[in-house]
Amino acid sequence: MNRMMAIIEREMRKFFRSPTLMMVSMVMPLVQLIVLGNAFGGKIRDAKMGIVDEDHGTQAIRIQEAFDAVRANMRTFIAIPYDNEVQAREDVRNGKIQGAVIIPPQYSKMVYEKNHPRIALIVDNSDNFMSSTLEDEMNAVTDALNQPDVSPRLLQQTALEVVELYPYIEYMKFLLPGSISLAMFVSVMIGGGMLYIDDKARGVHEGYLVTPITKGELVLGLNGAGAIKAVMTGVVITVIGSLIAGVGTIFNLSTMLGLLLMIVLTSLAFNSMMFLLMARVEDPLVPRAMFGILNTLLFFPSGAIYPVEAFPAWLRAIAKVDPFSYAVHGFKSLLLKETGLGAIVPDMIYLSVFAVLTLALAVPLFKRTL
Amino acid sequence: MSENVNKVNGNTTNGMSVSASELSLRSEIAADAPNAIEVSHIVKKYGDFTAVDDVSFAVKEGEIFGLLGPNGAGKSTLIRMMTTLIPISAGAARVAGHDVASDPGAVRRAIGVIPQALTSDLDLTVEENLSIYAKLYDVPAKRRKEAIAELLETVDLTKWRDAQTKTLSGGMRRRLEIARGLVHSPRIFFLDEPTTGLDPVSRVAVWEMLTNIKAKRQLTILITTHYMDEADRLCNRIAIVDHGKLVALDTPETLKASVPGTNVIEAQFEHPPADWEERLRGLPGVTSVQNESGGMFRVLTSNGSGTTTDLVEMAVVAAVGLKTLTVQNTTLDDVFVHYTGRQLRDELVKAYGYQMPLSPGLRP
Repeated sequence: MNRMMAIIEREMRKFFRSPTLMMVSMVMPLVQLIVLGNAFGGKIRDAKMGIVDEDHGTQAIRIQEAFDAVRANMRTFIAIPYDNEVQAREDVRNGKIQGAVIIPPQYSKMVYEKNHPRIALIVDNSDNFMSSTLEDEMNAVTDALNQPDVSPRLLQQTALEVVELYPYIEYMKFLLPGSISLAMFVSVMIGGGMLYIDDKARGVHEGYLVTPITKGELVLGLNGAGAIKAVMTGVVITVIGSLIAGVGTIFNLSTMLGLLLMIVLTSLAFNSMMFLLMARVEDPLVPRAMFGILNTLLFFPSGAIYPVEAFPAWLRAIAKVDPFSYAVHGFKSLLLKETGLGAIVPDMIYLSVFAVLTLALAVPLFKRTL
Repeated sequence: MSENVNKVNGNTTNGMSVSASELSLRSEIAADAPNAIEVSHIVKKYGDFTAVDDVSFAVKEGEIFGLLGPNGAGKSTLIRMMTTLIPISAGAARVAGHDVASDPGAVRRAIGVIPQALTSDLDLTVEENLSIYAKLYDVPAKRRKEAIAELLETVDLTKWRDAQTKTLSGGMRRRLEIARGLVHSPRIFFLDEPTTGLDPVSRVAVWEMLTNIKAKRQLTILITTHYMDEADRLCNRIAIVDHGKLVALDTPETLKASVPGTNVIEAQFEHPPADWEERLRGLPGVTSVQNESGGMFRVLTSNGSGTTTDLVEMAVVAAVGLKTLTVQNTTLDDVFVHYTGRQLRDELVKAYGYQMPLSPGLRP
């Protein structure tokens, strides 16, 4: 017991002596939270929409007026006049403009004759998000054009204008559970992966192995130290991340308890997984090389940045065994949905079983000799 | 034990080395002292490669025992087997009366080990490094404080006790490691190349420290080294290991006496004729001649001054220019070269298609 504590004491002293390392393990998930949170989930503004008027009739002018309205209000796109359909199409293709609307000859006449009037929208569908936004906007414009000429003016109706102070907050909140899990993973990756193998390569373990410490004490000491570091990282990121993303639920006492439980179990699960992966590794380059792969393999399928329901079957299978999925689910329930502890029991059970299983596999692999 | 060893033991001691006895740091060991380490027919195999091949020896209590050998000869493997770091393939080793294979825990409690690499934590202070090791050895809290204070005094690091280890020089860090290995008052102390990479002053400081410590505590020390002068000054007995086998084992004096020729003449000639080596061998008293590169010859002789005179005369007569000439008593270097054949052996291990597990770590 004393000897196990000595291992933990050493790791903790080293951890607090090198605050840079501590910061690094927390900074990456925070940067991701802020950058991804702002990059995704925003709305398209000021896209360029070409307009080719081959009709020159009054109805074509109505369309141009509708475009002016879009530009003045939503600012989804601004109209750029073209006199040549071929040129407009070419410019969409090479990305100079994001879409083009073609008003064919005789369009006004067809409108008056009510003879299937059509306008064409050319989009670059290699960019799904952009093309669907332009399509939606154009649908709205054509719907408006189809409205009867004279409509009752309902002045007595109150219109609600929503002013979004934090335009991107929703996606950021969605990301927060993933960022917390990722922070703990990075901490384990650095502490349980890189530093551990560096120590091994430096001969620190050789120093341990000539002392009377037992295999159990050594394994528990190393894992305990790793889990404690991950817990500290998890707590700090939960608080800072919640404040950045504007999640107020952390001030609720039972949520706090749930979060702490989730942080501890996630740390244990991640750390024992890393211990299993590193049990026979000697080369300090291996954990560094594995970092990127593990990050992609475990973080992205977890549903942290995109819903699991959108995955193909094989990716869902990875998500099913990935401890990240359960961590993210648990944090999401507590932080965003404000569920009680009951909702996260399956997550906690999975993480505990995962931790015990990986540790049980790692112990026989771990050698008490060199 | 190999034939060589018997031959060494059978040789009568003559022509004691002068330099070693003057500076010797050794103390006398009673012939009937009990054995602290007993190694019998120990073997270590890695696949087809035999790193240590049927080695047997015993170290008496209170003795300083040197393990010499070229790189890759099996010294580190041997020391790692005795310190329970790697399992033994065959044979047995008893350390402090406990079997290494069946009772490694008891062995570990009885020994202190200083690995080749400097493994103290750079971020921790001198005292913290010692304190964590004391805890790993289950030294009770009260005893821990005293032991650390006493050891810091012994290795002369008391005023650095709160300094982070990374601020210390290589020699100071080595002294810290020596203190670390003694923090649980072991009876047997293993040091793997304790002075490699240290400057001459630090080396002498480490030697003196070790002899001081040995004088205060009843310690048996097993030391591996590359430095022959170090082995000569410190060790009561020396074992030379080569190709995983024990090729010689005795006191430094006996070993030196066992080398044919008690004097070594090193002479460098300008453009020696092709039969020069043959002619040198023909001089009276010469027992062997080694032709080294660049006109350098290493002549072993039983009569240093006589052979020197003859050699110079021969060179003058043959009109062969003499660039340098040194005459010296046999040193352990000569013993080493005599038993292992050559001084450098880096490529040999690779020739087996096997690579030793890297000895880890930062060097001073």
